[in-house]
Amino acid sequence: MPVTIEKVPGHEEKVILSMGPQHPATHGVLRLVLELDGETIERALYDIGYLHTGFEKSFESKTYSQGITLTDRMDYLAPLSNNLGFCLAVEKLLDLEVPPRGQWIRVLLTELTRIQSHLVWLGTHAIDIGAMSVFLYCFREREDVLKIFELVSGQRMMTSYFRVGGLALEPPLGWLTRVEKFVKKFPERIEEYETLLTKNPIWLRRTVGVGRISAADAVALSLSGPSLRASGVMWDVRKSQPYSSYDKFDFDVPTRPEGDTYARYLVRVAEMRQSLKIVRQAMDGMPDGPYKANAPHIVLPERESMKTSIEALIYHFKIVTEGFHPPLGEVYQTIESPRGELGFYMVSDGSPKPFRCHVRAPSFANLQSLSKMIEGRLIADAVACIGSIDIVLGEIDR
Amino acid sequence: MPADLQSNLAWQKLREFAPESIEDAQFFRGELTLRVRPESLRRVCEFLRDAPGLAFKYLSDVTALDHYPNEPRFETVYHLYSIETNQRLRLKVRVPGENPRVDSVVPVWPGANAFEREVFDLFGIIFEGHPFLRRLLLPEDWEGHPLRKDYPTEGYR
Repeated sequence: MPVTIEKVPGHEEKVILSMGPQHPATHGVLRLVLELDGETIERALYDIGYLHTGFEKSFESKTYSQGITLTDRMDYLAPLSNNLGFCLAVEKLLDLEVPPRGQWIRVLLTELTRIQSHLVWLGTHAIDIGAMSVFLYCFREREDVLKIFELVSGQRMMTSYFRVGGLALEPPLGWLTRVEKFVKKFPERIEEYETLLTKNPIWLRRTVGVGRISAADAVALSLSGPSLRASGVMWDVRKSQPYSSYDKFDFDVPTRPEGDTYARYLVRVAEMRQSLKIVRQAMDGMPDGPYKANAPHIVLPERESMKTSIEALIYHFKIVTEGFHPPLGEVYQTIESPRGELGFYMVSDGSPKPFRCHVRAPSFANLQSLSKMIEGRLIADAVACIGSIDIVLGEIDR
Repeated sequence: MPADLQSNLAWQKLREFAPESIEDAQFFRGELTLRVRPESLRRVCEFLRDAPGLAFKYLSDVTALDHYPNEPRFETVYHLYSIETNQRLRLKVRVPGENPRVDSVVPVWPGANAFEREVFDLFGIIFEGHPFLRRLLLPEDWEGHPLRKDYPTEGYR
């Protein structure tokens, strides 16, 4: 039996509406079950699992290096953030430090990921509410970012570019000029989106005061990321527990006190500006040196050295056929993904495959706040709220 | 006992509050893991959430481990975070393989709801006091719990 709401005696006049899983405003395959009084939502339940593919089970039968390819497919709008979280967790388990150049490139690319993920969010959120043109503008710029990813890793979306101990390969010559071109033109593009929306009376009517959630409720319901910061809680993993040298970058964490859909919109738009600031700093201060750690038993050797060095060849063979052995132990590594706190709980039993790899997906936790936001409001507000918490079903169902 | 454990505030305060509730404490890579006795889980969680100076008001994650064929077979794992003090803490509770049951922490943190449903769905651990303990990711009529170690990854059903 799928999720349903039973009719309660005395409530026979209520309508039970199943919204989704094929509804265009549910951003994938989310199904909502709504109890309606007229057009007002009395109660709301969600039904998920349509995209469940058992990633956590699959991790257990793959070596640590093979596991990276699975992480791309969870949050498919921010694959590099997932790669980073997974690699950092394994590196923490191994107590392995990535050289500065590797860390800087990682920061630069994950911030570009945040920008492109927010662009998809902005475009789809606006189209849900009826502002068609924003979608086209957003996807124009998103394409530029995806082209940078393609240049660097060979893939637009399923990048798998970060590896345990560093990066898969050195980025090609001249890639920074492409980044620079994007950084130069993007600020005026953000202005463009804002002229379309920020003071648009229709947009304001649809978002101001809609789906309000208080700071206390948001914390109790494990909301995280921009949605939490829009409720006035100042918490960003990049600041509170910096990883990958984020403490060496200068940026602000935008917050808003209102906690409504409009505040979540403002916070994300402000975040895009801050991400751009970080990208610029990473580009200007890019250190020289190796892009991956000097740990021959963990990190694959350069292709060239395998032709001349027998040790490199042996290490390569060992890593590819068997993998590496982390020490016994367990770690929980969190990063700030575009959607919130992305955590990897990694348990090692000393073998080359993880004993358990659990993913704390931000969308999965954030979705719990939806009922609180939409109960007592209209169906049209539910559409605005789903958009405003920015869910990715691939990550929720895993 | 390592020095960083002695200086950990959560460990100190919890030892004053209920020393008998902690079975074991471990430090690995700067992360503190406390193993809590199942019967005192909810009391410990409430204390950690409300104690001034700790304020673990944010529940990051709930998950479980399967140690099949060892007994006690399961462990539930809780990751807590305190936004005020910027501290993380991991709690673990041992759960037997025969009739696995543990107290739900939904009354302490409402955000545990979906996480516990997921663990119930994929491990078959029953959370007592959970308001809506039903399968979450798999269909209602699914047989078995896939994240158990004895659940096959290949072959026909």
